[in-house]
Order: sequence, then C-alpha cells, then structure tokens
Amino acid sequence: MRLVELLRLSLETFRTHRMRSFLTALGIIIGVMTVIAIVSLIQGMNYEVEKQISSLGSNTIFIQKFAFGMGRLDWDEINKRPNFTMDDALAISQLPTIDKVAPSRSRTLNKITWRSNKVTNVDMSGSTPALAEVGNYTVETGRFINSDDSLRRHQVCVIGGYIVDNLFPYETPLGKRLVLDGKSYLVVGVLARKGSFLGQSQDNVVVVPITSFEKDFAPGRGFGELMYSIAVAAMPKKGVPIEKAIDDVRELMRRRHKLGYDKPDDFGISTQDTIRDIYRNITRVAYIVMIAVAAISLLVGGIGIMNIMLVAVAERTREIGLRKALGATNQDVLWQFLLEAVMLSLVGGAIGVALGLGIAKVVELAAHLKAAAPLWTILVGVGFSAGVGIFFGIYPASRAARLNPIQALRYE
Amino acid sequence: MLIRTDNITKTYLTGTVEVPALAGVTLEIDKGEYAALMGPSGSGKSTLMHVLGCLDTPTSGRYWFNDRDISTLDDIELAHLRNREIGFVFQSFNLLPRLSAQANVQLPMLYAGMPVRERQARAAELLEMVGLKDRMTHNPNELSGGEMQRVAIARAFANRPSVVLADEPTGNLDSKTGVEIMRIFGSLAEQGNTIILVTHDQSVAGHARRIIHLADGKIVS
Ligand SMILES: Nc1ncnc2c1ncn2[C@@H]1O[C@H](COP(=O)(O)OP(=O)(O)OP(=O)(O)O)[C@@H](O)[C@H]1O
Ligand SMILES: [Mg+2]
Repeated sequence: MRLVELLRLSLETFRTHRMRSFLTALGIIIGVMTVIAIVSLIQGMNYEVEKQISSLGSNTIFIQKFAFGMGRLDWDEINKRPNFTMDDALAISQLPTIDKVAPSRSRTLNKITWRSNKVTNVDMSGSTPALAEVGNYTVETGRFINSDDSLRRHQVCVIGGYIVDNLFPYETPLGKRLVLDGKSYLVVGVLARKGSFLGQSQDNVVVVPITSFEKDFAPGRGFGELMYSIAVAAMPKKGVPIEKAIDDVRELMRRRHKLGYDKPDDFGISTQDTIRDIYRNITRVAYIVMIAVAAISLLVGGIGIMNIMLVAVAERTREIGLRKALGATNQDVLWQFLLEAVMLSLVGGAIGVALGLGIAKVVELAAHLKAAAPLWTILVGVGFSAGVGIFFGIYPASRAARLNPIQALRYE
Repeated sequence: MLIRTDNITKTYLTGTVEVPALAGVTLEIDKGEYAALMGPSGSGKSTLMHVLGCLDTPTSGRYWFNDRDISTLDDIELAHLRNREIGFVFQSFNLLPRLSAQANVQLPMLYAGMPVRERQARAAELLEMVGLKDRMTHNPNELSGGEMQRVAIARAFANRPSVVLADEPTGNLDSKTGVEIMRIFGSLAEQGNTIILVTHDQSVAGHARRIIHLADGKIVS
C-alpha cells in the first residue's frame, strides 16, 4: 500500500479520538516545548551577553581583589586580602608591557537631581582619563574627565544618555550643576549611548574623577568596602600578547604583596575570555537541566504513546482481522500502526515547537531579549519526537501485525 | 480445477480437550461453480470456509488453490492470494464503521495498490451493480442490514477474485432481505463467478447449483 494512503489512515485516529490523542501527545509536547523555549532563550542571552562581553574589549585585563566566577568564593579569606591602591595602579602602568591603566571604584548612587528632576539607582564610577579608552567609553558632547580633574579633585562628572533624558529633556546638560547624593557636581560631558542589556539601560551611569570619588563617596568599611575597592583595568602595549602582560601583572602584584612562592595569589585577574568562560559554564548547566527535563518528558510521552497504541490495537483487533482477510500483509498492518504512533508524536512535537516559540516570544517581549530558535533546535525537536514515536510504536505495531486474522475477526 | 482439498482436518485445542472441527474433507470446486455448504451447527462449515479462504491453516491434509499448494506459500503470498483471488462475505458484514460505503468497497483495491481514480471508478461500478448507487457516501451506521451486506458483496468482488466465500450472508437479515441478497449472488453466479456460500436455509441453498452437506466435520453428500 502506498505511503499517502497509510498517512491518511493514521490521521484518521486524530479525528475520532481528539482528546485522547492530545493527552497522549502531552508528554512529547512538554518535552519539545521545553527544549525550544530554553534553547531560544539561551540563544537570545548569548547574543546579548556576547555583545556585552565584546564591549569589554578583547585586550583588557581586569585586576581585582577576586577574579570573576571561580565557583565558590571564600569571603573571609577575600576580606583579609589587601586592597588595591592607587600606587598599585601606578606600578602596573609602569610595567614595560602595559600601555594604559584605569583604576576605578564604583558604587550605586541613590539619586541624582537637577531642579525638580531626578534619576535613581545610578551606576557611578570614579576613575581616571584612561577609562575612556580602557573601558570603551565614547564622549558624545563635551569632554571626558581629564588629568587636571583627577589631580585637583574637581567636582565634575560625565553622564550617560539615560540621565540626560530624565534630567534634561529640553536643554543641554553641559555646564549644569547636579546633586549627586547631596554633593554638587558640574556636568562636563555626555557619553555615547550603549543601549540596554536585558531590559536594563546601560546609560544610567555617571563617571567622576577617582580622587573626587574617594573624597565624597568612598563607602565605609565592611562588605561595601570590599565590593567597591579599587579595580584596575589595564591594556597591554600594541603587539604584546595578553598572556605575557597578565604574567607581568601577576608577578608585579605578588612582589608588591610580598607573597612567598608557595602562597596562592591574593588577587584576581580576569579577561574577556575568562568572563566568557564563566558565562559558558552557566549556560552549560542550563543546557544539561534542559536535556534532563526534555529526556524525562519524552520518555514519559513515549510510554504514553506505547500505552495508547496498545489500547488502539486491542480496540481495533476486529478491524485488523478484517484488513488481513481483505489482503493486508503483516507489513501493511505494521506500517499503519507505526505511522499512527509516529504521527501522534510528530504532531505533539510540532505543537511543542509552536508553544516553545510562543513562550520564547513572550519572554522576549517581557525581558527584552532577542530570542531566536535556530533551525537545528526545531529539526532536533521534530526529529526526536519522530524517534520516540518509532521507538515506542514499534512494539504495539508489531503486535498488531502478528495477529492471526481469524482470531482477530472473532475478537469481541 | 480451482479448489482441490485432500483429506483436510482441523483440530482445535481448548485447554487439554481436542475438538475436531474438520475430520478429513476432500473437495473439488470448479471454476464458475455456485455451491451451497449446508450442515447442522458445529459441523465445521465456518472452519472449512476459513481454510478455503486461506485465513486459517489445516491441521493436516493438503489444499491446492489454482494448482498451487497453499502450504508452500509464505505470509506475503497468502495475503496476496486473499487480496486478489478470494472475496469474503461475512454474516456480520464487517464493514469499517468510520468509512463510507465507497471507501469500504475500495479497501481490497487499496491493498492491491490500485491508483485512486481507478479505485473510485471501480467502487462506483460495484455499488451500482448491487443497487447502491445513491448510497455511496453513506457510512455503515446510515445503512440498513441488507444495504450493509450489499456493500460487503461489492467489496468481495472488488479485485475480480477467482472465488467468493460467503459464510451465512443472510444469517443476520430478515427473509425478504435475504431473498434480495440471494438474488444478487444468483445473478453474479450467472455471470460466471465462482461462489461458495454457507447456509442453514434449504430455500436459500436451492438457489445454488450444487449442495455440499457437512456433518461432524465430514462431507456426507
Ligand atoms: N477457535 C476455536 N476454538 C475451539 N473450538 C472451535 C473454534 N472454532 C470452532 N470451534 C469448534 O469447531 C467446531 C466447528 O465449528 P464451526 O464454527 O466451523 O461450525 P459451523 O458449522 O460454522 O457452525 P454454525 O452453523 O453454528 O456457524 C465446533 O464444535 C466449534 O465449537
Ligand atoms: Mg459458522
């Protein structure tokens, strides 16, 4: 018998047993839906995070009290580490392999006001002019902080586009005096916009000279101090491999901290690559969880299909007997029931793909992620569901195929 | 010779008890014959029909269909034989309830691999032959018993089989409808078709040209 006929035959069940078919396919639907939704969200995240990580500059070295990630952190031990100082930053900048160094401290400002306008929860950095280059900041209008500002602790600031939008909807911000958590600062420049990351504006930032930061905003001791201690971003000289620069920085810091050869580093060095690795580790965990969820629901779905197919074979024993009496071969019967199982799981898979894409779309709108389901996930989703259909359909189908026509016809 | 059997037996095993349903049947049926199989209940009529229709295999004895020894055929060849050479009419009609009359008639042609167009044309022709031209799209539950049996007859003749086997085709019908069905068999036999039918009814058997009497699994006349 031809394939088209078999397909028509197998689709027949959906018309007669709508609810039953749907419930049977539910496991497959959930499994495929999970895969598609999670993969497209992770893909969307990847895109955003990669954009973010790239903006750090592939050549920048970050030196802090602790490296990013690294799994479990021993906060007691980290607390005992010496803080980075401006002298450390200076020493690093004098390394022959290092070009520019930007020491910076940061914290979150409660609010910035200008007349009756205000913005809250602003990311504030205190740094040096080198931050413009090392931290990838472009000035749109006005100027960046300069060495004179640093030296004389000028109360000047450079602000992001989000702050401009909220404080100065109708006029130029340049030359205006803002109140930063009670301290008065003059706007000397506006930064080019960086857009938003996961729905959060990256332009809600203000940069001030690090010396002014120390005077006006340095947080007290304790956890805050740790978090906001000086971090140094450094750029190697042109032509110097980043690994070489890292080695030099490490050696220098170990010497400055007087660490014996058998002592571990009491500081952390990160690069774009190490940050990317951390992110990859996180997504790998997400993928493993996803695969587990998908595998379990596909297994449950497959068992459901096998169960319902056994029921179908029992229900239709007489039909099978009749078809055999009319000339159906064992293979015809096998294909009929196998295709029915495959169609069941395939339709489930297709619904799962549609729902997964729907969920991804909803999250995309809610979280401002650019979710994207690559074609392979759809193919894998559909392929796996077809596989489940075959694997769990083969036994009921072969049982149907082996039925003795006369006994089947007599079956009540 | 279309059908030739040599001392066929069929023994059923129920638990530990052996039930001999056929106790040595030797039979010859020629092309174009119209034979009625009669006998008391339990005499083995259905069993014989199943063996002749290649739905069941005999316990012993030999069976030649068109001079081919049935015991040498494999599953696929047997399915092929049932499809092309044998038509079945059952007492309980055995139509698929979700298919229209026309689709039911098409089933044997479907398994024969006939193209859709041809199948539809042939099904229409067959349904016209049994007088159901205007019932083609009806489902079995929209048909009377007599009409269902006529659909089943149309189906049995679909692939122009060498023989049509009918096991009590009028058993579930009232006598008036039964007569109509027998008239259809009669005219099909007249056109040269080979038909073997089982019946309890002497007047029904009277339509046939040959009557075979079965008792206790043996042919008695
Ligand atoms: N599947 C089976 N298992 C066991 N015994 C069977 C089976 N089928 C038939 N028999 C027995 O074989 C004998 C012949 O049965 P069969 O159905 O051929 O009789 P029949 O002549 O068709 O009877 P009826 O006129 O009532 O239809 C009976 O004694 C019956 O009980
Ligand atoms: Mg019988």
